[in-house]
Parts: sequence; C-alpha cells; structure tokens
Amino acid sequence: MVAEIGPSNIESAFLLEALKKGTRVDGRGIYDYRTLKISCGPTYGLAEVQLGQTRVLARVSCEVTRPFPDRPTEGIVLFNTELSSMAGFGLDSSRSSTQEVAISRMVERVIKQSRAIDSEALCILAGEKVWTIRIDVHFLDHGGNLIDAASIAAIAALKHFRRPDVTIDGEEAIIHDVRERNPVPLSIHHTPICVTFGFFGASGDMLVLDPTLLEEQVQVSSFTITLNSHREICALNKAGGIPLSPDQIQRCTQVALAKVDEVNEKIQLALKASTA
Amino acid sequence: MASVKIVLPGDIIDTRREEDTTQQESNVEDEATVIRLGPGLVQSSEAVSAVTAGVLHSNSETNRWWVAGNKRRYVAAVGEPVVGVVVARHGEGYRVDIGSAHDALLSHLAFEGATKRNKPNLAVGTVVYGRVVVANSVMDPEIECYNSNTGKSEGYGELSEGFMFKCSLGLARRLIDTKAPVLAALGNGVPFEVAVGVNGRVWVNAGSVATTILVANAIRNSEYLDAKQCRQMVKELLEKQ
Repeated sequence: MVAEIGPSNIESAFLLEALKKGTRVDGRGIYDYRTLKISCGPTYGLAEVQLGQTRVLARVSCEVTRPFPDRPTEGIVLFNTELSSMAGFGLDSSRSSTQEVAISRMVERVIKQSRAIDSEALCILAGEKVWTIRIDVHFLDHGGNLIDAASIAAIAALKHFRRPDVTIDGEEAIIHDVRERNPVPLSIHHTPICVTFGFFGASGDMLVLDPTLLEEQVQVSSFTITLNSHREICALNKAGGIPLSPDQIQRCTQVALAKVDEVNEKIQLALKASTA
Repeated sequence: MASVKIVLPGDIIDTRREEDTTQQESNVEDEATVIRLGPGLVQSSEAVSAVTAGVLHSNSETNRWWVAGNKRRYVAAVGEPVVGVVVARHGEGYRVDIGSAHDALLSHLAFEGATKRNKPNLAVGTVVYGRVVVANSVMDPEIECYNSNTGKSEGYGELSEGFMFKCSLGLARRLIDTKAPVLAALGNGVPFEVAVGVNGRVWVNAGSVATTILVANAIRNSEYLDAKQCRQMVKELLEKQ
C-alpha cells in the first residue's frame, strides 16, 4: 500500500552537510564498514550475516537431478532471493521491485559466473545424475547495502555446506546417508566478496563505503566491485547514476582490496566457530 | 509492582491484587472495581489476556494495566505525539507518513493561527511533529499540528533543520518520559532540542553537525543500557569530542 518513500528534506540536507565535513550520520568514517557478524550453523549450509542493521540469511541445500542436456557433466546451481515486508517498509514479496531484481541478479552473477563453485565436481553420473545446489537468500532486515551482506552470506553458507558422500560402482551411484558417512564439503574455487560504494554530490566527488538505507536513498550513484582473496576482480557493477572517473574507480578498488581481506578473515573465523 | 512480570501473547492476566483481596471480598456486592486496559491487553468474556509480548505494568491509583512491548511497526492511537513526513499535498490538507500501515491525514487548518486565507505551505518531504486525533481500524489516521483546545502549537508543527532517525517503539516510549536518563545526561553536556515521536522516530537539533550526530548516536545506543550505563556512555562520547 505504501510506496517507496524517499527521505525527508532535513534527512538528506543533513546527510550531505555532514558528508561535506567528512563525517557520516552514524559517526563512521567514509571507508568504514558497519559491525559485521557472521554466524554459521546449526545445520550445514545455514549462514546469517548482520551488517549493522541489515540482516541476511542464506541457506544452501542439495538434491540429485538430471543434468541439462547440453551440459551433461556439470551440476546445476540455482539461486533465489526473498525480499518480504519483514525486511522493511513498502516491500512486498509478491512484487519484485527493480531494486530487488538487481540485487538478486548481482549476487547470482557473482556466485555463478565467477565460477566460484566447481560444477564439474557436482557430477555423479555423466548425463544422468548430478547435484543441484540451491542457494536461498532471505533478507530479514533492510538497513542498506543488501548486496554486500547477501554475497557474504551466500559464500559463507556455500563454504559451510556439506553434501552427502557418493561412491560410483560401475554404472551405479550409491549416495551415502549422512549418518553412514560424513558429508563432504563443496569444491569452492575462490570466495568472491562484493564491496559497494555510494556517491554523493553533483559530480559524485563524495563517496562512502557500505551505505546505510538513508545513504542509499540520497546517493546519486552506486558502484559495486567484487574481489576475491587472490586479489582478482570478479565483477564490476555500475548501473546508471552519474558517471565516475577512472581515479575514483581506482581509489575504490584499493579500498575494497583491504576490506575483502578483513571480510574473508571473519568468514574463516565464523566457519571455525560454527556449531554444526 | 516489585517483581517484573513478562507475558506472552495468549497469557491470561490475573488483575486482582494480593493487598486488595480482603477489601474486595467485603465490597464485592457493592461495587466492581473498573479496570482500564491499555495497550497489549484485551478482554475476552470474563478473562483479560495479553496480545503482545512484553512486561506487564499496572498503576494502582488509576487501576490501569498495560503491556510494555517492543516492536518497530507503529499502530496509531489517539493522543500520541508522532513525527511524520509529508508525502503528498491535497486540496484538503496533506498526507503524512507516520510509519503506520496507512498514511495519516493532516488538515490545512490544523496548525496554529491557520485560517482559510492563511494556510501553511509545506513541501513534500517536510518533517512535522503532530498529535494523533483519529485512529481506528476502519479509517485513515489523522493528526493535527496544534492543540485544538488552546489553539497554540505547543511545540507541534514543522520541524526544520536538525536530523531525524528511526528507533524502536520501546525506546521511543522511554524517551518521552521527561526523566529519561540518556536525555538528562546529554542535556548536562550539550544544548540540544529533541522531538520524540512514539512512532519510533526522533528529531534532534543541536548547534552543529558533529553535536547533532553525537546526540543521535547516544540516543540510539541507549536502547539496552540502564541509567548508570547511559550516563557512562554519554560521558565517554562527550570526552571523545
């Protein structure tokens, strides 16, 4: 019923005035992430990420299916996001807004097209049986910067997940129950992490890392860069907004490199501390 | 009222008091004590049950009972002060978002000194502080930005400058109390203005940007702190400045 309401005039005016002085309204520095908490478990493949006020839950599950006919030796990866009215005002799970579709596509691209998951390792019997891995991302609370939180949650859930062990006996595949044999982890090549920047001002000269919901509503441009721990750029995303210069992109890349290392450390700690 | 009683939705509440039982037995035929149910409590036939999760409170003088729960979605109730944002202008007035399921209506004449010729001119996106006058489940809520009995604004009206942020409903209700520890501690350190809406929105205006951010963050951080911790937190924030 209530459409997306923009920020009030004093909120946007105050935010821009504070940014001109180099401060953000929640007291952070412009290159500071909000407090990031990652927790994995209690079941395999379940990860919850809290990035400030934003909360995202990712769940990975698997199933044995037939492969696509044109790719008989590759497993299938399905990706799904849910952005319901629990997450915030004006959001409705029955209608996908353009913003939700953009976020969903972005995180899906990051996981699938960057070949983070080894699909060949998901093959059981070529042409007949493969594993279908399904990643469901639920946005529990929209406090801004859903992309970063969703990518961290999805990757943490994938690394945490264990699938049942399989032995091939000639033409037959025996899928072992998890109580008989320990389940095995997925083969993850690398961990891509998204880092989002918001730009403000007429020429986009003021930028912030990890925008909150208010900052997202006021920004004139948004830019997401996806990096992994091997310092490779997996994806760059800039959809619309005012144009950015090459030095701005360079600056963002440098900042993102440092942040991705910190995030990867946190994911490792969360996986070790997991209760599963 | 010594121990804290936590109730869950569906719990039946026993509204008799231990001290009063002897009195009640003798008076039971003369008068029935009228119990007033506040938010979170509902009467179903003879029993009183809770509909919200929270702490059960009662006031022995006025015989009021209510449940202090904590949520983030506001349901409008008459007489409550709210902070709203104008989302549309109509011929009759404005439509204001107060965080409830339906936007509230604010008449052009519901301001101090407003007449048909002299109407305020608020742009879309203006922040206003008003009081709920109509709130029920079948109509859109309505707010007014003045005291209709005295005709004075009494602090209501447009809020310009400063900053507005959202908080939980429980924190907002505690801030409305004039002796709220975090506001008192801040007031000793820096001068500022604050308008608290029970719809979970707080407007703050201190002299400079940095002070306003400090006050806003102090209030946001005080959600789970008791009085002593609030004073300590505010002291640390003021020293860092």
